[in-house]
Amino acid sequence: MDFSLTEEHQMLKKAARDFAAERVRPLIREYDPLHKFPRELLPEMAEMGLLGVCIPVKYGGAGFDYISLGIVSEAMEWADASVRETIAVHTALNSLGIFQWGTEAQKQKYLVPQAKGEKIGCFGLTEPDAGSDVAALNTRAKKVGDTYLLTGEKMWITLADIADHFLVFAKTDPEKRHRGISAFIVERDFPGIQTGTIEGKMGVWTSNTGWIRMDDCEVPAENMLGEPGEGFKIAMSCLDNARFTVAAGAVGIMRACLEASVAYAHQRETFGKPIAQYQLVQQLIANISQRHDIGELLVQKVGWMKNMGIRNTRETSLAKTYCTEAAFASASDAVQVHGAYGYSSEYDMERHLRNSKAAVIYEGTTQIHQLLQAQYALGFKVDKPLRRELPPYDAEVWG
Amino acid sequence: MKAIVLMKQTPDTAQLSASMDGLKLMAEGGPRIVNPWDEYAIETGITLAEDHGGEAVILTMGKPEATEAIKTGLAMGCKGATLLTDDAFENSDSLATARILTAAINQMGDYDIILAGKSAIDGDTAQTAVQVAALLGVPYLGYVAKIEAVDFDAKTITVVRAIDGGRETVTSPLPAVVSVLKEIGEPRYPSFMGIRKAAKAKIPEMGLADLGLSADEVGAAGSQAQWLQVTLPPAQESTLEVIEGEPEEAAKILVQKLLAEKVI
Repeated sequence: MDFSLTEEHQMLKKAARDFAAERVRPLIREYDPLHKFPRELLPEMAEMGLLGVCIPVKYGGAGFDYISLGIVSEAMEWADASVRETIAVHTALNSLGIFQWGTEAQKQKYLVPQAKGEKIGCFGLTEPDAGSDVAALNTRAKKVGDTYLLTGEKMWITLADIADHFLVFAKTDPEKRHRGISAFIVERDFPGIQTGTIEGKMGVWTSNTGWIRMDDCEVPAENMLGEPGEGFKIAMSCLDNARFTVAAGAVGIMRACLEASVAYAHQRETFGKPIAQYQLVQQLIANISQRHDIGELLVQKVGWMKNMGIRNTRETSLAKTYCTEAAFASASDAVQVHGAYGYSSEYDMERHLRNSKAAVIYEGTTQIHQLLQAQYALGFKVDKPLRRELPPYDAEVWG
Repeated sequence: MKAIVLMKQTPDTAQLSASMDGLKLMAEGGPRIVNPWDEYAIETGITLAEDHGGEAVILTMGKPEATEAIKTGLAMGCKGATLLTDDAFENSDSLATARILTAAINQMGDYDIILAGKSAIDGDTAQTAVQVAALLGVPYLGYVAKIEAVDFDAKTITVVRAIDGGRETVTSPLPAVVSVLKEIGEPRYPSFMGIRKAAKAKIPEMGLADLGLSADEVGAAGSQAQWLQVTLPPAQESTLEVIEGEPEEAAKILVQKLLAEKVI
């Protein structure tokens, strides 16, 4: 067993962490109180290759493996959840979905500009009345000639007001419940689509979260991703990739909390000595440290499974659940280590605490994932092979 | 256009601690980085190559682990690199280092410009680049803040140099050795595509014999200066004074105090 990163991984990690520290975090500290999306980072992220990190070079990406998607997700969320969310939605939910399920023509038309960062993609699954219960979604797609007319509303969509391309899920055969869902690539310019921003979130203030409304939105039939009725499987496979970035990002929060808490504990003195000397403070730091390392191992394992082409729905779900809950607990502990300063926006801890709460809800609540874990353990759920699996990483093929 | 960038791998001085021996830091595998000033030279070389065609290549003298730093430069966009490494090069002072670099440059064919950071953050002598220029017999333009104009066909360059108390604009024939300041342009981040190429790159190495130098021209034997000891500066005692009052009044008092202390 080899836990070491390759030279390529190490260089990537350093570059991503430098970018997070020098560009992302200062901007987030400025924009978070303003609830402002750091749009100016997108061209910089595109230039570096962050937006297509694990997409093959022939499709416009940087050609790194899936472990690298975890490395950059961890690095970005160390600074703030919002930039990692951009990668999760644009790269993992949308681009990898097209990479796995798309036709060659769809890849050339949509994946290539997305991997280069020339176009931004997002993912429209959740609806006002359908979150964890995907089969309950109400958006309909009616075929008229060579066009589908999509009608319905999507909620809590990251990058709704930013994206150029939307991967949207709608029922083409409502009688069949989740087997009647199909996936569509929708462009912002298609007639009948509107988007807006949702205000009043508890955290991730620099992330753009919004709604998509479609009213007989005209989508060419050739823009269906996969086959009719395959939408549920596509959505779940996309979530396997995005949840991996959520888990990795949560490890980044824990690293940020650990670094800040250690530094503060050494520097802050009470009763004549640094608070690092007090065992109850040490306990808080030990908790964060332990959770961080457990989370890191879970994420590394999922990255490895993806590289090997091993189905990882169970392991990804487990990593997502553990890491997001652990990040929330660690951010809370870090606030405690920092005392009143931790409660203040002068330090990053309160922001990480607010942000980390979102991740135990989105991309499947902890409760849904716990049900899933129980179903796997009890033998109620067994993954079946997909018509198209996410290809295992092959350095030759990725270019 | 061909730019040769003189780049050094240095200890990461931001991570130095009292427990580290400055002289042995590199040998012991302490944190190492591209000399931050050289990052500006790399950026300048890559920008010149982008603007005028051609390439920027890296020339480094150091231990085999300096390939880490070289690969960072390649990932930023330099097209090639050579590592000058030999046990005989150990303990070279700036002149001996310049001799080694010059011997390598003389084997690299035609070049238009040699770039370097203003100094290295470890030795901080700021002598190597000017010594390379002297040994090569080409002009040296030190502390360059801006390249005003460059014409590689006419072989001329006009730069703005920082000098005591001001700036001067000078024009020089090319090739020349140019050392740059941070105003020259913020170094770019390595691109991910660049990282993938750099990670796979094999860095050619040259040693004493390849350069046609003798052992008494390099290392401690070829050096005028010796480093007897390297230590961290003693911690400075500092006092804190809080100026009370309205911001405008407090600012005036602060200015008076800074003037009195000759800070401004």
